[in-house]
Amino acid sequence: MISTDIAIIGAGPVGLFAIFEAGLLKMRCHLIDYLPQVGGQLSEIYPKKPIYDIPGYPTVLAQELIDNLMEQGKPFHPGFTLGERIEGLEKRGEGDFVLTTNMGTIIESKVVVIAGGLGCFEPRKPAVAGLEQFENGRGVNYMILDPEQYRGQKMVIAGGGDSALDWTIFLADVVEELTLVHRSESFRGAPDSVNKVMALAESGRINLILNSNLNSVSGSGKLENVEIIHNKSLEVTNVAADHLIPLFGLSPKLGPIEQWNLNINKSAIEVNTDDYSTNIPGIYAIGDINTYTNKLKLILCGFHEAALMSHSAYQYMNPGVKYTMKYTTVNGVSEF
Amino acid sequence: MEENNINIHVQNADGSLTTLEAPVDMGLSLMEFLKACEYDILATCGGMALCATCCVDVLEGEDKLNEMSDDEYAMLDTLPDVLPNSRLACQLQLNPAMEGLTVKLHGGLD
Repeated sequence: MISTDIAIIGAGPVGLFAIFEAGLLKMRCHLIDYLPQVGGQLSEIYPKKPIYDIPGYPTVLAQELIDNLMEQGKPFHPGFTLGERIEGLEKRGEGDFVLTTNMGTIIESKVVVIAGGLGCFEPRKPAVAGLEQFENGRGVNYMILDPEQYRGQKMVIAGGGDSALDWTIFLADVVEELTLVHRSESFRGAPDSVNKVMALAESGRINLILNSNLNSVSGSGKLENVEIIHNKSLEVTNVAADHLIPLFGLSPKLGPIEQWNLNINKSAIEVNTDDYSTNIPGIYAIGDINTYTNKLKLILCGFHEAALMSHSAYQYMNPGVKYTMKYTTVNGVSEF
Repeated sequence: MEENNINIHVQNADGSLTTLEAPVDMGLSLMEFLKACEYDILATCGGMALCATCCVDVLEGEDKLNEMSDDEYAMLDTLPDVLPNSRLACQLQLNPAMEGLTVKLHGGLD
C-alpha cells in the first residue's frame, strides 16, 4: 500500500504544479494517471505545440513545460502510479482516504486532489435503444481486446474511422460472418485500409452496408439480431449477429469520479473558489475538471488553483496550526 | 449593429430562429460564442476537436466557412450520426464572411 499526504488524480500540468506548491508546505504527493506517462493532454495530444499564455514564457512547447514542471517538483520526491485509473474512493470515518485503481493498487492519503483535466477517454456509444442490455458479455462491446473470442461467430462492426476499418480487415479472417455498417457512402481512412475493405466486400468475404445506421438490437438474453436502417430510403435490413462492436471513437468522460457523491455540473466538479474544495471535506478539484462562475480552462488558472488548494489542504491536515506564508525568493526551496 | 459584428442565426428545437449578434474581432470560435450565449454545449475538451460536444449542423452558409482541418474531419468521421453539413463549432473562428450563418446544435454527442 502507498501512503501519502496528498493523492493527486491526474498528472497533467496542474497536477504536476501541485507537487511544488504542496512541497513548499512540506506535504508529500502521489500522482495517479490513466495515461502511461505524465503530462496529460500536453504530452499525449500536442507535445510539439507551442503554448503562448504561460506567464514569463513568451512561448514554450507543451512537452517542454511538462519537463520543466517535473524538474520543479523533483526536490519534493513525488510518487507516481501511471497507466492505472482510480476506480474507488472511500473515506475512513473522519480520517484518511483510501483510493483503489483498476489494477488493484491501493493508495492511502490525508487529502485527495482531483486534477483530471478532461477526464478519461472512453468509447463513444451510439444512441441505439436497448444497447446497454447486451453490454457486459451479452454481445455488445465497444472495444476489441481479444480477437480470438470472436472466432467462428457472426459479427457486426459499426463505424467508419480507422479502427473500424482496421478491425474489419483483421477480423474478416477470424469470424464466420462480418458485416460493416457505415453512415456515409465513402471512407476517409488510410487509402490502403479503404482499398482492402472494398476488396473484401467485392469478394464477398464481408457484408458492407453503406449509407446506413444502427436502428435497433434484439435477442433473448443475448444479442441475436441487429437492425440496420438506410439513411435515405429508410429501408431496414436485419442481420443475425452474436456480436455488435460500435467503433465511434473516444470521448472524454468523468468516469468513476461521477459516482463519488461530488457536486457535478455539466461533467465538471463544482468547487468553492476560496480554496477549490469540493462538497466533500478533504477532496479538492483543480484545473480543467472543476467549474465555478467565470471559470477559464487555462493552465495558468490551474496553477493558481493549485496554490490556494495547497494552503487549504495544509490547514485541513494541520487544524489549528498557524502558518505564515513564505516567499521562495526569501527562503528558497528546501528539499525533503 | 456595431461595426465588426455579424449576425448568426440559431435554429431552436421548435424550428424558430434566434438571431445573435457576434463580434468578429475578439478571436472567438463559434463554440465559445454559443457557450457565452448560454447554449447548452459541454465543450469538454475546450476547443481541441477532441470531444465533438460542440457539433452543429450548418443550415445556411456552409460555403462561407473555413475548410476542415484533418483533426476536425477525423473526428466527424468517427461519429455515429453526423450529417454531411455537420461541423465542430470550436473549429470555426468567427469572421466577417460568416455573416448570416445559420446553424442548429447537433446534440446527443456527449
